[in-house]
Amino acid sequence: MVITVNGADVSLVSDGETTLLTALRDELGLVGTRFGCGQGLCGACFVDVEGTVMPSCQTPLWQVEGRAVTTVEGLSRDGEAHPVQQAILDRQAAQCGFCISGIVVRAAALLRDEPDADADRVAEALDRNLCRCGSQRRIVEAVLAARESV
Amino acid sequence: MTQLPAHVPPHIEGNPRLGTWVTVADGLVHVHVGKVELGQGIVTALAQIAADAIALPLSGIRMVPAHTTHGPDEGLTAGSLSVLQAGPALRHVGAVVRALADPGRQGYVERIAALDPETDLRAAPVAEPVATVAVGSSAPRLDLPGKVLGRASYLTDRRPKGLLHGRVLRPPSPGTRLVSLDPQWKAAGVTLIRDGSFVGVVGEHEVDVDRALPRLADGCTWVESDTLPDERGLPEWLRAGPHEDIEVLDEGPVGATLSASYSKPLLAHGSIAPSVGMARWDRAGLHVWSHSQGIHPLRLAIAAALSLDPAAVEVEHVENAGCYGHNAADDAAFDAVLLARAVPGRPVLARWSRPDELTWAPLSPAMTATVSAALVDGRITAWSYDVYGLGHSSRPGYRGAPGLLGAAYLETPVPLPQPTDPPLAAGGGTTRNAVPIYDVGPRRVTGHRRVDGPFRTSAMRALGAYLNVFAIESFIDELADEAGADPVDFRLAHLSDPRAARVVAEAARLAGWSDPLPDDVGRGLGFARYKDEGAYCAVVAEVGVTSSVAVRRLTLVADLGLVVNPDGARNQLEGGATQSVSWTTRERVRFDRRRITTTDWELYPILTFGEAPPVDVHLVTSDAPSVGAGEAAQGPTAAAIANAVHRALGVRVRDLPLDADAIVRAIEQSE
Repeated sequence: MVITVNGADVSLVSDGETTLLTALRDELGLVGTRFGCGQGLCGACFVDVEGTVMPSCQTPLWQVEGRAVTTVEGLSRDGEAHPVQQAILDRQAAQCGFCISGIVVRAAALLRDEPDADADRVAEALDRNLCRCGSQRRIVEAVLAARESV
Repeated sequence: MTQLPAHVPPHIEGNPRLGTWVTVADGLVHVHVGKVELGQGIVTALAQIAADAIALPLSGIRMVPAHTTHGPDEGLTAGSLSVLQAGPALRHVGAVVRALADPGRQGYVERIAALDPETDLRAAPVAEPVATVAVGSSAPRLDLPGKVLGRASYLTDRRPKGLLHGRVLRPPSPGTRLVSLDPQWKAAGVTLIRDGSFVGVVGEHEVDVDRALPRLADGCTWVESDTLPDERGLPEWLRAGPHEDIEVLDEGPVGATLSASYSKPLLAHGSIAPSVGMARWDRAGLHVWSHSQGIHPLRLAIAAALSLDPAAVEVEHVENAGCYGHNAADDAAFDAVLLARAVPGRPVLARWSRPDELTWAPLSPAMTATVSAALVDGRITAWSYDVYGLGHSSRPGYRGAPGLLGAAYLETPVPLPQPTDPPLAAGGGTTRNAVPIYDVGPRRVTGHRRVDGPFRTSAMRALGAYLNVFAIESFIDELADEAGADPVDFRLAHLSDPRAARVVAEAARLAGWSDPLPDDVGRGLGFARYKDEGAYCAVVAEVGVTSSVAVRRLTLVADLGLVVNPDGARNQLEGGATQSVSWTTRERVRFDRRRITTTDWELYPILTFGEAPPVDVHLVTSDAPSVGAGEAAQGPTAAAIANAVHRALGVRVRDLPLDADAIVRAIEQSE
């Protein structure tokens, strides 16, 4: 099976029922996409599939065959952080950071689609991303700051 | 100028070899610490202290994660003690390094490399303290770039050569034995491993072990039994005993006739990643990688559970998701140990599932408290406090028992210990912060820990302080109402500690305490000094109450003594307060008579982005010794919200969480 991951076509030996998350982490070694619940309820494993953000833990490979998947690794190119990542670092808007990959993917998609999103809209867009350390408000502020440079 | 040390910090007494703390490689001074990164930023704060102590820039040192062989034993990373304990040790190490290697001359790092690692830090000369450069600055977290850029940052991301993935099939409920396992059972790509009622699989590929697990469940027959009490009567069950009483103090209060009772439910840690452990057995012994809060106790517990020579067991710390207390990290490490035992030479990475994490990890205990006081002419003149609960520690080795989940299900089981409490000198558990900070006349404070609980409870952020501060600070507001006084004025009138009074007054001022609010919005204050001698923290909550409680804004003022990293401290306070909003407004572990039933994020919902309030954090400048920030805000935030709900609604809600059910019940009781 062939899918496009972060701009490159990759051929996978995993079968079609394997989740995209497992294929990314275990077969491709792209461990930036995190396993948080395996039930599509926490957002830690969000990836962008041709403009739609989805939980990769609930996405079987057959569903993305021939399609383009962007993971958190694909957002920072040539060593340069995505503006959302840079803003999170600038504002130290993370504690343990385990939820951040999925948040970065979701926020990057939001700012691509709605470059003028306000604080309420950012919070709403991130409502399916859970953070347990209590960094929510810092993250919202960071995403707002990133609007300038997207 | 150098001298012999007048006073040697305790962590140096326990780890007196220079080479345990400092080595040099690749031109960098490697600083080995025993405190571990749990997502709280401690390694960055300790790096700041170490850099200043050694007189190098932050970029000249590298922090090495805790390791039972190659680093100091600094006990647990818990109780907001890391800066307090590791700070003086690192300053001492740095003073010795400077005395022996002279930072003033070219070739300083090379001279550090040439120091005798066997140098006894207790007897070596120490240089005078130097001015701080890094300490006091908001240095960015050293560990965040990799995490934010999506690099392999966590234990769960490790992929060493020869790795096998492991999964354990937990029983369907705690009071369970595996009576039979289909002898024909097999699944593609995995090896079955069984020891008594401990059963799991290992395999080359994650997909295979994940697929095998539900099939393994189908192949198992268990005998279950009902071991849990009736959830609806939990506070009464806690009060019924049998108890071990904890006499905190008794000054013979009389006439304490005003009274109220408060409660909190069982809570889950709810770390965003399920726990994981990795282990490999080979001829040299057993090597374990864990995100435990205490790798040294874990090492001893593993050795004890399996009757191994502790010298053959090595544990190193690797970060995983945020840790808020004794969660399943140690258990997952032991799962990996048991699975890896069947495949010598191969590292096994054992990851828990989300349902297991929410139901099998230790829980924060349910508690209930009754507080009584006398009020004469607007002043509190007597105080009596009884708090009932379950033990706040069942950490590995805590009562001489290994305390590792998997061990309790082996063919030769090593039972889990009955949870207990840390000693009062360490802040206690059930009675943590049970003594009011106010001048209240003669006091009596007693804890009652139920000693036959069927729940696996242990330490979660703030331990008993969360409920005790909620109860005390709610009751202080009730007394202020009774006295016809403003809650802030009433507190200040009963506070003789100037640092306490300053924090309370400042929080009220910054929050606009007297500013008018809409009808369905209330403002409330909560305050405490964590563990009686730690951080002062006052929180003002602005809360809207319609069908549910919506926290609109928090204003937080803290006095942490000398602050190592101001932004890091603010981040910890903000995170602690936000997590407490979640605990306080919605969280409750549910159960039936057999098992915990809150198995996923829909059944155990936590605060979402849309619900998280802005938290305005202010630090009071202070030269007092540094104290931790991570556990200061939880209790005050809970009380501030409850007091604000009372202002908004005119009804006192005394049972946590402050959800729609609790509010309806409180309204019914008040009518």
